[in-house]
Amino acid sequence: MNMKRRQFLSTAALATGTLAMPGYLRSAFAEGDAIKVGALYSQTGGLSVVEKMLASAVQMAASEINAAGGVMGRPIEVVTEDGASDPKTFAEKAQKLVIKDRVSTVFGCHTSASRKAVLPIFERRDAMLFYQTHYEGFECSPNVVYSGAVPNQQLGNYIPWIIEKLGKKKFFIVGSNYVYPREMAKVSKGLIEAGGAEWVADEYLELGHSEWAVMVNKIKESGADVVLSNVVGDSIISFYREFINQGLSHEEIPICATVTSEIEIAAMGAEYAAGSYTSFPYFMSLDTEANKSFIERYRAFVGDPAATTYHSLEAAYFQVFLWKQAIEASQDTTAEAIREGVRGQTYAAPGGDVKIDEDNLHCWLTPRIGQWTADGQSQIVDEYPEPIKPLPYAAYGEAADNLFCTAQGLDSSKL
Amino acid sequence: MFDVLFIGLSLSSILLLVALGLAVTYGAMGIINMAHGEMVMLGAYVSVLANIWLGANLLVAIPIAFVVTALIGLLIERLVVRRLYGRLLDTLLATWGIAIILQQAIRLEFGLSFFGIHVKGLGSGLQNVPVPQALQGTVSIFGQDLNAYRIFIVAMTLVLAVATWAVMYRTSLGMKVRAIIRNPGMAAACGIDVKRTNAITFALGSGLAGVAGVLMAGFKTVAPDMGATMVVDGFMVVVTGGVGSLFGTIAASGLLGEFNALVAMVSNDIIGRAAVFAVVICVILIKPAGLFTFKGR
Repeated sequence: MNMKRRQFLSTAALATGTLAMPGYLRSAFAEGDAIKVGALYSQTGGLSVVEKMLASAVQMAASEINAAGGVMGRPIEVVTEDGASDPKTFAEKAQKLVIKDRVSTVFGCHTSASRKAVLPIFERRDAMLFYQTHYEGFECSPNVVYSGAVPNQQLGNYIPWIIEKLGKKKFFIVGSNYVYPREMAKVSKGLIEAGGAEWVADEYLELGHSEWAVMVNKIKESGADVVLSNVVGDSIISFYREFINQGLSHEEIPICATVTSEIEIAAMGAEYAAGSYTSFPYFMSLDTEANKSFIERYRAFVGDPAATTYHSLEAAYFQVFLWKQAIEASQDTTAEAIREGVRGQTYAAPGGDVKIDEDNLHCWLTPRIGQWTADGQSQIVDEYPEPIKPLPYAAYGEAADNLFCTAQGLDSSKL
Repeated sequence: MFDVLFIGLSLSSILLLVALGLAVTYGAMGIINMAHGEMVMLGAYVSVLANIWLGANLLVAIPIAFVVTALIGLLIERLVVRRLYGRLLDTLLATWGIAIILQQAIRLEFGLSFFGIHVKGLGSGLQNVPVPQALQGTVSIFGQDLNAYRIFIVAMTLVLAVATWAVMYRTSLGMKVRAIIRNPGMAAACGIDVKRTNAITFALGSGLAGVAGVLMAGFKTVAPDMGATMVVDGFMVVVTGGVGSLFGTIAASGLLGEFNALVAMVSNDIIGRAAVFAVVICVILIKPAGLFTFKGR
């Protein structure tokens, strides 16, 4: 064939043009291929230790679903983005995932700060965020599925149990200085007063603070017989160490925590926490076949035979299966279809049955109380027979027969 | 009251631990060493690694950490700091860069994590250093149950402060260093090898930071970014006390630590911390050169 030079050039230009065709046109041809989802967690920065684990739990769930035939016969493709422990970066990366990658679902965020930063993007572009961390409630977005616990699932069982079973009457409430501990304290105070006990102090320390000498001294002098801790992050470790080192003991004044998990216990040394309590829907020590298998598969997946599992990690894992069921229920992958499909979905998670609430898209979970033992694991000392309804506005008087957050949105007249 | 004073003493000793090394490098050499906090962090990691790989406890880790961080300090001085004497702002930027490199080196396990090799005790996670049994719990002094580990830190700080004083005021090295503080040009003219003395001084300051790191590891969380906030506290103490004055550094840490404890006790820790900064501002406003300064001619 004798192709003229000019002809060759124009053909080449056409070919280049096809290659450079915008992404949204090409993806239209890719129907029937992979379903893209985002995984938006910090891979770098201060929060990366925890968030990398959450990201691998999502990856693991996706690879298990793919191995079992995918979603509606289509494999899942996880697009991982790095939030870099910075809410602004989270917002940028969420925008990239939703607009450029055109995913309808993102699994991600760990702190409330990062969730608040990405929320407007998901609401404006109508995409779904699956959020696994236990948080303070007070949110009712049709674009978020919350698979972690809200205050009524961590405290509703906990405070009455501390008052009745441990016989404690004077609470010292301590937390890190930001929205989650403050909301938790608000819910606790209501429950403490309802149970006929009292709280003697409600104190806060800066996030990341590691000098606990003064605070522990105050606990000692306050005459409190139990400490309710909403302390988060690194501070937990120096808190428990200082507590023991000032001669206090969990037998006399137990620390009852809402955040301290297997991760922090391992970092502080189990002897400092032995005898204290935490309230979570999931503990690594849960003695069920499903959980043992989950731990084994997770350890194999991350290639660490000593890897630890905990509440948020389990929720990060099972939320992917709820998402899959939502798509299969409505036979579509749009945000609208997922939102409607996920309502009422149930799943047998490693920690027991869970269900997405029809009204507020939060998750029905089983409240459990664990007492930490000297080997860094917990012993379940109390658990509900079945999952209970999530009430994100419990601090403001929400009850199962008086819902603030429903499928129609937030009824702000009740606040 | 006694327990509040003790907590104050403990806070003071922690401030002084970090500030001692800085008093030497910043005070004597005029280097704004932003990597000082990372030297503390490296010291803490030495104790983590010594525990995992050598089975060494915290006490054994102290001399190891001193040697390791002093050598790293020497290396930094030779490679970077040496070329920047007399350029105050450049030392700030350069040592800040070094600080970031050191943090990431620990976080990425010296780059090995890219190849899937993991070193136990390194990486971005939190590390746990066991504290010897004898230093756990409380010790009864004057009818008060006091935190044994904090007493240990106070005692160790005292030892280090005395040792630093002895080096600075009772050895020929110290005499040379003090001569360089006053007037480097004149010191050189009198036959003092300024470069060599500076290198040794920088290594000494880094070694002191390393020891501080080991002691911190016993009750703070060991993580790659643990040093970042410490360097701020360190500079605060040195500047308040008066640059170049060892006694000023000791006095300033005592003042700030006790003040912090007292205010935190009657209000809360957040206000306590703010009050400390208020004191620092007042001191600098009234005496711009710090509490204790020598008169130069």
